[in-house]
Amino acid sequence: MSFLTDRPIDLPALHAAVQAPERGGVAAFVGLVRNHHQGRAVLRLDYSAYRPMAEAECARIVAEAQARWQVSVALQHRIGSLAIGDAAVAVVAASAHRDEAFAACRFLIEEVKRRVPVWKRECYADGTVAWVDPTAALQHA
Amino acid sequence: MPAAAPARLTVHVLLFASYAESLGAETLDVTVPSPATVGGVVERLRALPGGGLLPPKPLCARNLAHADAAEPVADGDEIAILPPLAGG
Repeated sequence: MSFLTDRPIDLPALHAAVQAPERGGVAAFVGLVRNHHQGRAVLRLDYSAYRPMAEAECARIVAEAQARWQVSVALQHRIGSLAIGDAAVAVVAASAHRDEAFAACRFLIEEVKRRVPVWKRECYADGTVAWVDPTAALQHA
Repeated sequence: MPAAAPARLTVHVLLFASYAESLGAETLDVTVPSPATVGGVVERLRALPGGGLLPPKPLCARNLAHADAAEPVADGDEIAILPPLAGG
């Protein structure tokens, strides 16, 4: 399964990929497109990626999580034009117990956001568009 | 006898999102004096038309992995200049 997909994210498939009889806990995080950003009404998000590096970086993140915890993990990021409420990213982690599943799940989403080369352009209700720059939002916070 | 290092090297540069718009290109080849670093390639890009819109120290990748400005580059490397990441 590729880490990037042009189709809707299949959360049950991710869940099935990590499930096993010895793993009693599954933690999942799903990031959805929201309808506002810094006070502006958002209609749509267009995601793009440096695909070969994004695939390689996701593989490295998965390997790191599985080396650090006794977990099985999976993740997908959607690319293309997404509507409000669409799932943009999903990460799942399964372990024998919940502590490791939660820890690995949190690690996965934070590392994906920090390291995977994906960009999004927001299309606003007033007809304008802008590339999202999370570092600018931090400076203005 | 080992061959002398070439005096110049060429890397394949990839630009994305707002940076591709600033420079009006998604790919270009850049030739710099050897030895060179990722930061040296960025300096060359910043001297191109529209290159002033790149920050002095953008996020960069060399051959599909994140790279510091000080990392050496080799002839034929793929160097990507990455705008602030916004996945998720």
